[in-house]
Amino acid sequence: MSFSITEPSNRQKWIAGVLVIAYALITLMPLAWIIATGFKTPADAIAYPPKVIFEPSLEGYVNLFTSRSRVTPEDLAALPPPETFYDQIVRQYDMVITGPSKYGERFVNSIIIGFGSTFLSVFLGTIAAYAFSRFKVPLKDDLLFFILSTRMMPPIAVAIPIFLMYRQLGLSDTHLGMILLYTAVNLSLSVWLLKGFIDEIPIEYEEAALIDGYTRFQAFYKVVLPQAATGIASTAIFCLIFAWNEYAFAVLLTSGTAQTAPPFIPTIIGAGGKDWPAVAAGATLFLLPIMVFTILLRKHLLRGITFGAVRK
Amino acid sequence: MPDKLAKRAALATPPKLAHKIRGLSDRAIAWIFIAPTIFLLLAVNIFPLIWTIRLSLTNFRTNRPNNAVEFVGIENYRKILTDADTWTSLQATAHFLIWTIVLQVLIGFTLAYLINKKFRGNDLWTTLIVLPMMLSPAVVGNFWTFLYQPQIGLFNYFISFLTGADPASFSMIGEVALAPWAIVIVDTWMWTPFVMLICLAGLRSIPSSIYEAAECDRASKWRQFWTITLPMALPFLMLAVLFRGIENFKMFDLVVQLTGGGPGSTTQLTSIDLKREAFEKWRTGYASAYAVILFVTVFGLASIYVKALNKVKDR
Repeated sequence: MSFSITEPSNRQKWIAGVLVIAYALITLMPLAWIIATGFKTPADAIAYPPKVIFEPSLEGYVNLFTSRSRVTPEDLAALPPPETFYDQIVRQYDMVITGPSKYGERFVNSIIIGFGSTFLSVFLGTIAAYAFSRFKVPLKDDLLFFILSTRMMPPIAVAIPIFLMYRQLGLSDTHLGMILLYTAVNLSLSVWLLKGFIDEIPIEYEEAALIDGYTRFQAFYKVVLPQAATGIASTAIFCLIFAWNEYAFAVLLTSGTAQTAPPFIPTIIGAGGKDWPAVAAGATLFLLPIMVFTILLRKHLLRGITFGAVRK
Repeated sequence: MPDKLAKRAALATPPKLAHKIRGLSDRAIAWIFIAPTIFLLLAVNIFPLIWTIRLSLTNFRTNRPNNAVEFVGIENYRKILTDADTWTSLQATAHFLIWTIVLQVLIGFTLAYLINKKFRGNDLWTTLIVLPMMLSPAVVGNFWTFLYQPQIGLFNYFISFLTGADPASFSMIGEVALAPWAIVIVDTWMWTPFVMLICLAGLRSIPSSIYEAAECDRASKWRQFWTITLPMALPFLMLAVLFRGIENFKMFDLVVQLTGGGPGSTTQLTSIDLKREAFEKWRTGYASAYAVILFVTVFGLASIYVKALNKVKDR
């Protein structure tokens, strides 16, 4: 390492480190609290002062995945002894499990719609970005600006006609409808990000391939696609995170069959009001994949955020 | 010899011409590749926008499809702009917008400045700080109502720990005076990392040779900060403000889950107001006009801002 007069001194580094870590610890507290609350009993969750140390319980998770109904103590006594740990937990409250809750379905909807729209927006985005990057397209700058400007539109400004249009077309509350909608929202980001990545691949590679007798299509998927793989992957992550987290369209356009988890989780209630451990359990399962993703793929993600923003 | 000639001919032929013989022309491929994107954006963005503008000139109500739809001209626009509720919402939005931007810029820039000191492990801590902005605003916003509970909420407990105030004595989302700050706090918690990342990119783009030159000229650190660091990071900072500004003007999910616009209408931001008009009162025509006004406002403000930004960039 070469000596540099602009390198921060050790003392400066130390102070900076302490301050940043302090901020990080405070800012992570709400997230830690979500995860912890999921493992509390309802009584522990609303204890005063807030309990940092508690006996972990799976009650929140049991309540999250089941629907229950109350039975009289006599009926309860007449039942055969509980077979499973979740039966046991539920019966402490004079209740029996009557079936699964809707959380599983909503979670699966989030997966279908998230991955479906991500695949479509990355696929369409890649071919469009390739065309914009390599070919002479008439009105190229205008088209690119048009694609970008759709991002500025508030979702609510288009929600009313989309609501009416979807009702007419029978797309309300369907997976296909939500996939198409999220694809359209993500396309502008996807085209712009991917165009940036493809622009960086030297055009000479393809020219060589064309001279070797490849067709355009072959050159595209045998030469360009492998080169753009990292870019495509990081674009996909952004599209997935958006679709996973989206709430405004989901709450307006879905209510049952195609409802995703974000509008569902806040509606989870228990017997005596809000069942916070169940809500926290639902939130934990929903948020955790993204947290793990972010930490594992931090290099691509963080660069992608700045890259995407600064380019525009 | 003829072999070599053929190769030279192949090299001399531009690739465009070379493959035209073998398949679709570049032009055709370009259109095939671009058309689906343009089509989808037209169908889901432009067509609905035109429809919104058309609806905004009528008295259409979605819940009464059999009523005769009448053309009412700019009546809806007139009503909105003279309605006191609209201005209350705009004020709530302005309060939210200004304070979130001020706080996020101050904290975000400071964090970026500190991280740029490159202490050990800074990239891991950066990632951890970024976590909140990656998560679903609706789900997280919903959980914050739990943190804001009087007495049992972690936030109230934290404040009482710091100040000694009774944690049961105040309710962040239940009191008119506190609710506007409750949404500012959560948005700042969630989105400061975004401003931080953009600022960090800005700080890292400053070549160290400039600082070296300043050192040689014996410029103080303080002076270096004001004459080098800040001006050179300014375009990035302004960009971050632009993105946060647009996003927070459109803010819906986080706040609707946190306060639902209440208490009263103290945190009823314009998009929440609009959602009520459109999907609770079902005044479709009126709400469409509202949507058009908001869209024009965002677009207008953003365009003016981008002009200013470009001036700073060109400096």
